[in-house]
Amino acid sequence: MTMKASTRQVDGITVVDLSGRITLGEGSVVLRDTVRDLLAKGDRKMLLNLGEVTYIDSSGIGELVSAFTTVRNQGGELKLLNLTKKVHDLLQITKLYTVFDIKDDEAAAISSFKK
Amino acid sequence: MTFRGATGKLRNFNDFARKSGRLPKTLTAALGPWVGSDIIKPSMSISRVSYTLDSTLESVNTAEETAMKMAAKAGFGEDESHQIAMSVREAAVNAVLHGNAYDPQKKMRMSIEHTGDKFIVSIADEGKGLKPEEVPDPLAQENILKQSGRGIFLIKSFMDEVRIRLLDPGTEITLIKHVHGNAAGASEERQ
Repeated sequence: MTMKASTRQVDGITVVDLSGRITLGEGSVVLRDTVRDLLAKGDRKMLLNLGEVTYIDSSGIGELVSAFTTVRNQGGELKLLNLTKKVHDLLQITKLYTVFDIKDDEAAAISSFKK
Repeated sequence: MTFRGATGKLRNFNDFARKSGRLPKTLTAALGPWVGSDIIKPSMSISRVSYTLDSTLESVNTAEETAMKMAAKAGFGEDESHQIAMSVREAAVNAVLHGNAYDPQKKMRMSIEHTGDKFIVSIADEGKGLKPEEVPDPLAQENILKQSGRGIFLIKSFMDEVRIRLLDPGTEITLIKHVHGNAAGASEERQ
């Protein structure tokens, strides 16, 4: 299953609903392009909903890190929402769990962004 | 499918007799009177398959899917099968991307072997060679936000044994997962 990304606006925050696999190749490219396009439009507050992401490899992890640092370097915020157990475990193992701001409730996540 | 020369095969009976390991109950039953004779002793390699694959992303997916199926067939549960398949994916990415650099003239070779107590995957490339001591620690503070460099680390996290050997040219990485009680039992039931 390839990855899909769709975006929606909630209270000034861009929620990116991702589904499928974030792996080397198409999945990583979709994520990279999505974040790049949002930044180009001026969106600086992003919430990546990973609830439907079934699989992520080291390339996908790297793409998440890259998205996080790119948005932060442009003065924005990028947070993660609804991690599956597999993704959660991967971020624990790689010690990235404390690097990302990770949420499990969308409403709480939206209100946690700086106004 | 891009892989070439797929050769799934059971080893011959004389090989079986030289190998250590347990014979699955149902296979023991099927082989009946042969078991314990000079031809077959109750110690054998269950199966070994080998592939030669092009240096493409499609090959990476093929390697991962094959490992997933064989791990499940060997009796590993979903979590362990996922760990094995992901480790194979990471090793295959290293071989295709970092080793062979997508060179169509260079191949990735993969073998998967399930003995009685071990699930062994070897992946070799024809690249310039990986020096494990030069792979940065991805957990170090200065590396934590780097985009790459987590593949070997994840493999070591998921597998019981990892061996890296320099070839001439290339690198071979061998990934081993021990078959624990439940997996061994399930394997025997599935034969």
